[in-house]
Amino acid sequence: MRQRFEGQMKPLFQRGPSITLRLLILMLLAVAMMATDHRSARLEPLRAGLMLLISPLHYIVNLPFAAGMRLRDAFVSRTSFDRLREERLALMARVQRYEALEVENQRLRELLQSSVRVGGRTSVAEIIAVDLDPFKRQIVLNKGMRDGVRIGQPLLDAHGILGQVIHVAPYTSSALLITDPSHALPVQVLRNGLRTLAFGGGASHRLDLPYLANNADIQPGDLLVSSGLDGRFPADYPVGRVANVTLDPNEPFAKVSAEPSAALERNREVLLLWPEQPGAAADMSAPRSP
Amino acid sequence: MIQKHRQRWVISVSFAAALLLTLLPLPDALAAARPAWIAMTLIYWCLALPGRVGVGGAWTAGLLLDAAHGALLGQHALSFALIAYVATRLHLGIRLLPLLQQALAVGVLILFFEQLPGFWIKGMLQQAPWSLSYWLATPASMLVWPVVYFTLRHARRRYRLA
Repeated sequence: MRQRFEGQMKPLFQRGPSITLRLLILMLLAVAMMATDHRSARLEPLRAGLMLLISPLHYIVNLPFAAGMRLRDAFVSRTSFDRLREERLALMARVQRYEALEVENQRLRELLQSSVRVGGRTSVAEIIAVDLDPFKRQIVLNKGMRDGVRIGQPLLDAHGILGQVIHVAPYTSSALLITDPSHALPVQVLRNGLRTLAFGGGASHRLDLPYLANNADIQPGDLLVSSGLDGRFPADYPVGRVANVTLDPNEPFAKVSAEPSAALERNREVLLLWPEQPGAAADMSAPRSP
Repeated sequence: MIQKHRQRWVISVSFAAALLLTLLPLPDALAAARPAWIAMTLIYWCLALPGRVGVGGAWTAGLLLDAAHGALLGQHALSFALIAYVATRLHLGIRLLPLLQQALAVGVLILFFEQLPGFWIKGMLQQAPWSLSYWLATPASMLVWPVVYFTLRHARRRYRLA
């Protein structure tokens, strides 16, 4: 009798804390978590666990697109295959020369006693979700902790720097694109070595360079490369091309915007880079002779 | 006992479906107008079976959404706990409204407890979405509320949840 009533009727006196008290406790907890998450990385394991719970859903959502890609790959036409083979041959020929140049460059750097630059390991990851939040520029990748992905790792595509990893879960990870408004990247103008910062332009899919003086030597068409001064992104990778420069004598800084080199909105596959420890770090930690 | 189990199962599946709809890629033009699927699912269960999905369950669903969105952990947890609280408190009133007025009530809940806190929190991080399209989620949710309502009511009757 009692058993049946319990299922149908709400108990007159609820056990446990009242709903209002529970709400207050949970609200306080949520605010505390937001503050912690904003200031430190202490909640990353919790986030990784939650992302792990969600990752099957990501895979389900991605399934039709992945199947479509498979189908398209299966029907790759003869001509495009031939074109790809030719392209590969041309690239191989260029790489041969590049390898010789790299060795030569390293030897010259050794002669100049400057730090030796080395490449890194790369691995291809697939984008499984893009617009997590339409007012941010973030993507979800199908590689995670299990593949050695770590927070802060740079992300490239065939044309340039794409972004960096910000959260890592066991099988997935999420990355911030360089066009996100909260992203800044130290860059250098390839033509004259001018150093500055490139900020994400958010909705405009562009990069803003707000800290250039009115008389700075910069013009549309200049190629921006990463300067590597952040110690996170490798140096000398293309970032973008200056699109327009607006000079206003009343303003202390010029208005400069750049078009990203990487195909930020049109990629399915991206390259994860594991830069090798640069020699510069070792040089700096070594005791300086007076 | 079986009833309890079935309730839990149906409610979990409805939330998973809502999360799936939230993760579904949309073209850029429509992305901002994505209805608040999870908030609506939550409101439905709070109205139909008050007390079954409490503030705790809502809070957990919000935390999952935060991880999915890459948002600050706790942002949606806070909003959803508030929505569950208000919807449970007022369920007798809202349940009796005609469908159109109900959609209005849902819009008010989503606007004041999900979108506005989201805007403030992003503003505090200096990431406020200054585009007006941010607010499109509220009218979009109001538009699809009847669909959510009838789908979930159908599921509730089909599986005979009290």
